Amino acid sequence: MQQTNEFLAEQAKKIRIGIIEGVYRAASGHPGGSLSIADVMAYLYFEEMNVSPEKPKDLTRDRFVLSKGHAAPALYSTLANRGYFPVEHLKTLRQIDSNLQGHPDMKGTPGVDMTTGSLGLGISAACGMALSGKISNDSYRVYAVLGDGECEEGQVWEAAMFASHYKLDNLCAFVDYNGLQIDGPVADVIGPAPFKEKFEAFGWNVIEINGHDFDEIRSAASKARKCKGKPTAVIMKTVKGRGVSFMENQVSWHGSAPKEDQYKLALEELGA
Amino acid sequence: MSEKIATREAYGSALVEFGAKYENLVVFDADLAEATKTIKFKKAYPDRFFDCGIAEGNMISVAAGVATTGKIPFVSSFAMFSAGRAFEQVRNSIGYPHLNVKIGATHAGISVGEDGATHQCLEDIALMRTIPGMTIINPADAVEARAAVEAAINFVGPVYLRFGRLALEQIFDENYKFEIGKGVKLVDGSDVTIVATGLMVHEAIKAAELLKNEGISARVINIATIKPLDKEIILNAARETGAIVTAEEHNVIGGLGSAVCECLAEACPTPVIRVGTQDVFGRSGKVPPLLEMYGLTAANLVAKAKEAIALKK
Repeated sequence: MQQTNEFLAEQAKKIRIGIIEGVYRAASGHPGGSLSIADVMAYLYFEEMNVSPEKPKDLTRDRFVLSKGHAAPALYSTLANRGYFPVEHLKTLRQIDSNLQGHPDMKGTPGVDMTTGSLGLGISAACGMALSGKISNDSYRVYAVLGDGECEEGQVWEAAMFASHYKLDNLCAFVDYNGLQIDGPVADVIGPAPFKEKFEAFGWNVIEINGHDFDEIRSAASKARKCKGKPTAVIMKTVKGRGVSFMENQVSWHGSAPKEDQYKLALEELGA
Repeated sequence: MSEKIATREAYGSALVEFGAKYENLVVFDADLAEATKTIKFKKAYPDRFFDCGIAEGNMISVAAGVATTGKIPFVSSFAMFSAGRAFEQVRNSIGYPHLNVKIGATHAGISVGEDGATHQCLEDIALMRTIPGMTIINPADAVEARAAVEAAINFVGPVYLRFGRLALEQIFDENYKFEIGKGVKLVDGSDVTIVATGLMVHEAIKAAELLKNEGISARVINIATIKPLDKEIILNAARETGAIVTAEEHNVIGGLGSAVCECLAEACPTPVIRVGTQDVFGRSGKVPPLLEMYGLTAANLVAKAKEAIALKK
């Protein structure tokens, strides 16, 4: 159901607050690449996807695979804000008695459709879900979010070949092109770009957007739905750390948690 | 004598047989359908067969995704590429989420023959044993292979099925009741027990005959399910015969021999001699001389049985 951009922006804000809350309490985790996907997560779970928190295992639901599993704080915060479990629970991220593992665990967390964390594996699993839907003529769609650095994994391209060969037009993969990975800018580390040409060469329908613009995200998802015979890759230009000024475009925030003063400042900036 | 059939051949036939009964059974291969025998399923049910090309890692993770939707995927490649190449995908995509994927790994062991060391997987049992919740079945003949496929379909959770290239004689008859996790005493004996799996079960039966001619009473136990191991049958054999020889077409590190030693060391310390490849790679050659070269013969089991008996206090 279409929402206003203001509503989605409000959800994205709450998702970002949950990310900061969880990572701060855990004193570890991956805030940068979680913040960069908060907008697409808000769009998917609050507008696009046919899902219901009351029936997380419903066979007809749309599926979501966070192939860049280290952005788990974004997935958990999205699920909590969507009603799968209490938002307060986000404070238990990575604690020994919590079901919110450092990387998504489908067995432990309601709403998590696939266990991920090891890069490259999630997109293949998303292909499997999409293929299964094709086999039994189900109408659900499968969404995945990949990292730009993740696209350095060979398996991403094995999956890309598979998805186009089997014409998985019920699959839509968003690539979070924030340009940074642990060892530095992706262009300096090994240079996985250009994404558009690569995915096109692998037989995909490719759409390039600003990953922080809800109109562009909505338009891309709509084009993906209408595209027949091909999977769609949405290359989203994003800002790593988006929404927290001192985290934006800083590779050092890929995998480190804010200290108390930084935590307070981040929440203040996010309008908590 | 019955017709010789390879366990991979029985695997392919079983997929076709049970494919009719279980409409949610789907099969994946990685460009080896002719060799793994999933080609039979491809011909019978083309709409439920998917070639993944030479991309085993992707195949394993795709199957995991399929399993989340309630279908039962079988994935096939050679053991080397199923357990070896795609180990991490098996661990993280299938094992950790405990998804209902069945891995039909063929061409396990040295009996691959002429293709040589790169393709002779002697470590798959070791690799698979380290994954929590993984069930490992290594059938000894075509009857057991068929039964193992059916049992795997009816079992909820990941299963690694290990099949061989070589045609083997039939050990079991059609009335054989296979059960996951249960060993089978094939020959009774009181002086020593040979605990064997897969192709080596055939050699163990021959060895027991040879030992009998020398006045030595050897028990033979077939262990198809290497994990979870039938500890009861192993411990009873240790208590009743006092000496154990393990026999497998696998490195002695990490396979059946290791599993048996671990079981006995913790509950009933007993002399054990492990027959298998002795921490070396294989090589090209015809299968009979290869089995000879690596000590995977009834004659070697006879010699090791005597050594094991000599170790008894």
